[in-house]
Amino acid sequence: MGEGGGAVNWLGWLHDFFTDPAHRSGPDSVLNRLLEHLAFSAEALALAALIALPLGLLIGYWGRGMFLVTALTGVARALPTLGLVTLTVLLAGVGDAAVLVPLTALAVPPLLVAAAEGVRGTDPDTRDAARGIGLTHPQTLFQVCVPAALPTLLAGFRTAAVQVIATATVAAYVGQGGLGRYVIDGLATRNFATTAGGALLVVLLAVAVQLLFSLLIRYASPRGARTGLVDDPAGSPALLKESV
Amino acid sequence: MLDGEPLIRWHWLGDHLGYLADLTGDHAVMALVPVLIGLLLAVPLGLACARFPRLYQPLAAVFNVVYALPSLAVFVVLMPYTGLATRETVMIPLTAYALAVLLPTTVDGLRAVPEPVRQAATAMGYGPWRRLVAVELPSATPYLIAGLRVATVSSISLAAVGALVGRGGLGYLFVDGFQRTFPTPILAGITLVALLALATDLLLVAARRVLAPWAKGAAR
Repeated sequence: MGEGGGAVNWLGWLHDFFTDPAHRSGPDSVLNRLLEHLAFSAEALALAALIALPLGLLIGYWGRGMFLVTALTGVARALPTLGLVTLTVLLAGVGDAAVLVPLTALAVPPLLVAAAEGVRGTDPDTRDAARGIGLTHPQTLFQVCVPAALPTLLAGFRTAAVQVIATATVAAYVGQGGLGRYVIDGLATRNFATTAGGALLVVLLAVAVQLLFSLLIRYASPRGARTGLVDDPAGSPALLKESV
Repeated sequence: MLDGEPLIRWHWLGDHLGYLADLTGDHAVMALVPVLIGLLLAVPLGLACARFPRLYQPLAAVFNVVYALPSLAVFVVLMPYTGLATRETVMIPLTAYALAVLLPTTVDGLRAVPEPVRQAATAMGYGPWRRLVAVELPSATPYLIAGLRVATVSSISLAAVGALVGRGGLGYLFVDGFQRTFPTPILAGITLVALLALATDLLLVAARRVLAPWAKGAAR
């Protein structure tokens, strides 16, 4: 492999990959690897949401501690996930928890920024009006600010989800399951059909999740809260590529 | 997992200073050259998009998808063309990611030039090219630098993944440390990647102070 031009046989590799009986049923089947990948990513995302959302909403509403959000995300963006994954596994041993920690750490910053920036960006007049008609602070937060912040929040979720799905691929390097197994095992055994099939599946999954969230942002946001900005990769500060 | 192995063997670091410096240099080239190329491509493309708005929507959609592609998968997809363990395998996707970040920021920056400013320049007799070079591009500089900050930090972070396809500069320390159950190189790698990112970021902030002194702290 790697001879450059000419002898590149993608269709042949993909054909070999998808017709291999081992990839049709059993532990190494495409369906099983896909489910492993999704379960892993969903767990990390849920954990991250549990940590980031309450903190982000509070900071955004209170208007203080934004510097903390900026500083945290700056540091998190600069940390290489592959390094974190290998280090955690060395320190904590191979297991679900060892990989969940770096994956969760990866998903926290975009969610935190999205929650804080989204709530802080609510029109101050609207907030004053909500307070003026007698809503309590929690009511203002959940009935006014959160719906207004929904597009930004969903954009943050999209970034976090795509990043976690992409990075869960690397988790296979330290012996975890998921679609990354095909890529890593294929590289290790110089079996390019397996690597090519795995890479294609990861790309398809990432693009599918991206499209799903784009639709969610378009149709699930309350009218009046839709902005053109959130669809823009660099338009929202929550959308920073820091994954693998 | 680690039996009797300390977290950091300081003498290993002392013995490998030259090696670590080489890896850092290699990493910097692999991560930063793509951002430079991305910038060189993004400015003319962004200009075209600002002039022909119809071009922007489809291009933005394409780069939005490119941006979502997992880097390891893209490295692997490119490997049959560029080869295992070559710089191109890592640098081509990084260029695409940088372009995906920089194109929207260029367009945002050019669109943010206030219309009165543009008209004032025209009224002073500036032609389209001179207006572009002397007024519009400098006005867009804070946006461009904000985009560059995102692009460089992520590029430095992503280049490390190249180690899994044989070329990754500092990323090699992760693979090596993991294979030998030896945390010192991994910790050194994490620290050096973070320091490289921090140094580049500070350099860009300084560049903004010099090139766009009016935008102190205003850019995202």
